[in-house]
Amino acid sequence: MNLLDFARGPALEWSFAIFLFGVLWRLLGILLLRRVHDYSEPRAHRAALGALQAIVRRTWPRKEFRARTTYGLAISYVFHVGLAIVVFGFVPHILLIRSLLGVSWPGLPGAVIYFSAVVTLAALVMALIRRLTHPVLKLLSNFDDYFSWAVTIAPLVTGLLAVAHYGGRYENLLAVHILSVELLFIWFPFGKLMHAVLFVLARGQTGVVYGRRGAST
Amino acid sequence: MSKDDSLGESLRKQGISRRAFMKFCAATASVLALPPGMATVMAAALSRARRPSVIYLSYQECTGCGESLTRSFSPTLESLIFNAMSLDYYETLQAAAGTAAEAARKTAMKENWGKYLLVVDGAVPVGNDGVYCTIAGESAVDILTEAAKGAAAVVSVGTCAAFGGIPHANPNPTGAVAVSQIVRDKPVVNVSGCPPVPEVITGVLAHYLTFGSIPELDHLGRPKVFFGETIHDRCYRRPFYDQGKFAKTFDDEGARNGWCLYELGCKGPVTYNACATVKWNQGTSYPIESGHGCLGCSEPDFWDKGSFYQALSTGTWSGATVLGVAAVAGAAIGVGAAVVSRRRQAHLDNEKQPKEKQP
Repeated sequence: MNLLDFARGPALEWSFAIFLFGVLWRLLGILLLRRVHDYSEPRAHRAALGALQAIVRRTWPRKEFRARTTYGLAISYVFHVGLAIVVFGFVPHILLIRSLLGVSWPGLPGAVIYFSAVVTLAALVMALIRRLTHPVLKLLSNFDDYFSWAVTIAPLVTGLLAVAHYGGRYENLLAVHILSVELLFIWFPFGKLMHAVLFVLARGQTGVVYGRRGAST
Repeated sequence: MSKDDSLGESLRKQGISRRAFMKFCAATASVLALPPGMATVMAAALSRARRPSVIYLSYQECTGCGESLTRSFSPTLESLIFNAMSLDYYETLQAAAGTAAEAARKTAMKENWGKYLLVVDGAVPVGNDGVYCTIAGESAVDILTEAAKGAAAVVSVGTCAAFGGIPHANPNPTGAVAVSQIVRDKPVVNVSGCPPVPEVITGVLAHYLTFGSIPELDHLGRPKVFFGETIHDRCYRRPFYDQGKFAKTFDDEGARNGWCLYELGCKGPVTYNACATVKWNQGTSYPIESGHGCLGCSEPDFWDKGSFYQALSTGTWSGATVLGVAAVAGAAIGVGAAVVSRRRQAHLDNEKQPKEKQP
C-alpha cells in the first residue's frame, strides 16, 4: 500500500469516522442539555422568528460596529466564500461528496477554482497577520485558533501544489493533499472549526432569548 | 543465419535494407527521447552488435505481454526481436517441446553465461515452495534463480513480472511475487503494463543493445524515458479536465464530444506510462482515445485499488461498519454526556433549594 492508497483508503475512512463520532458527540451533548427556565413573562411570542432573524442578520455587521469590524469581516467573507467555491465547485471534490451522500451538482472550470484558491490563501494569510497584530485578538487567541487556521490552510496549499505538480510526484502530492483534508476532518469536531455547525445553534439560541424579550436581534 | 552474425549482417541476409534499418533506429531514438544524432550512433552500435542470446521465461501470466510483443507495429521491429536477437527459449514461440526445449535453455545459458539477457513475464509463486508453477518438474522460482545467476540483466515484462500483477492481487493464494523480489543481485528493468506498450519493450532492448547498459530507471525500476510522465499530463483530453468538462456516462454527449473521462474512473492522473505518446496498434490510439478511462495497469497493485469505474477522488471503503460504529458511539457518548450534565444540574438545584428557604 503506497501513500495514496493509504490516504484514499483507511485514512479517509477513519478520519470520516472520527469526524462523525465527534460531531454527533458534541451536537447531541449540546442539544440534549437541560434548558434554563425563564420564569419572566414573555414580552413577545416570536422565539422561532427571533432565532431565524438572528441566524440571518448576524451574518452582516451592525452599523454601530461596522467601522471596527469591516476589515476582519471582509477577510472572513473572502476566505469563506473562496473555500466554498474550492470545496463545492471542484469536480473531484463533488465526486467525493456524491460517493458519500449521493448528491451532486455541476462543477466549475479549473481556472475559477485555482483563482479562488489563491485568493482564499491570501485572505487566510491576512487573517493570521491580523490575529497576530491585533492588540485584543492577539490576547484572545490560543492554540485552537492557530491550529484550526493551520489545518484550514494546509489543504489549500497542498491542493495547489498537487495541481501545479510542484514539489514531488503527483500521486504523492495528491496523497499529502488528501491527508491534510483528513487532518481537518479529525480536528473539526474538537476545535473551533466546529463553529461551522454550532454557529446556527449559538445564534438561534440568542435569537430565541431576544425574541422572547422583544429585543432587536 | 549464423548465431555469430552481427545484427547488420543478419538484417542484410533477411533483405532488410539499410534505409529501413536507419528508419527503425531514428524511430527508436525518438521513442527513447535521444537527440537526433544518436540514431546514427545507434545504427552503428546495432550493426556491429553480436546477436545476444535472449532467454524468455513465462510464469503466472496470460500471454498478453507476448501477444503485445508480437504486435510490435513495424515488421522491422518484429524482425529485431525474433531474428536480430537469438531468442533461445520462449515457450510461446519456440518449436521445441519437452526435454528438447529445456535442453535448449540450458545450452544457451551455458554458452552465454554472464552475457545473456533474461526476459521474464508473469509473477513468480513462492507459496508452498513454489508448487503452483512448475516447468519440467522444476518450480518457477528455482528456474528463475538459476537463470538469473548467469544473466547480464533481467527485463521484467508486464505488470505481473514487474509488480506481481493480478496473481499478486488480494488474496494472492499462490504467494505470487515480482521478479525483483527473487532477483536481487542483477539489474532488473521493470517494463510494466497489462500488457506493456510493445515499443517500450523493444525500446528497452534496443537501448541495451546500443549502450550495453540498462536505461535510467524511476523509483519503481521502470525506464524513466517511457514512464516519466503520467497519462493525464500527456492526454489529448486534458484541456477538457481543465475546463471542467467531463463525460458522465460512456455514451452521453460528453463522451461523444471526447470530454475527460475522470468521472468515469480514469486513473490517468496517477499512472505513468507511454500510452498517450507512443500509443498502440501502429500509433492508432490508446484506451482513452477509444473511449475508456485508464485502468492504471502499469502501477503496482492496480487490481486492488478499488473499482476501475470509481473516480480517483473518491475513497476506497472497507464497508459501512466503521462509519456506523463511529456514528453510534458518538451519539451514545453525546447522549451520555447530556444525561450526566442534566443529573449534575438537578443535583445542584436540589442542594440550592433548601438554602434559599433559610431566612
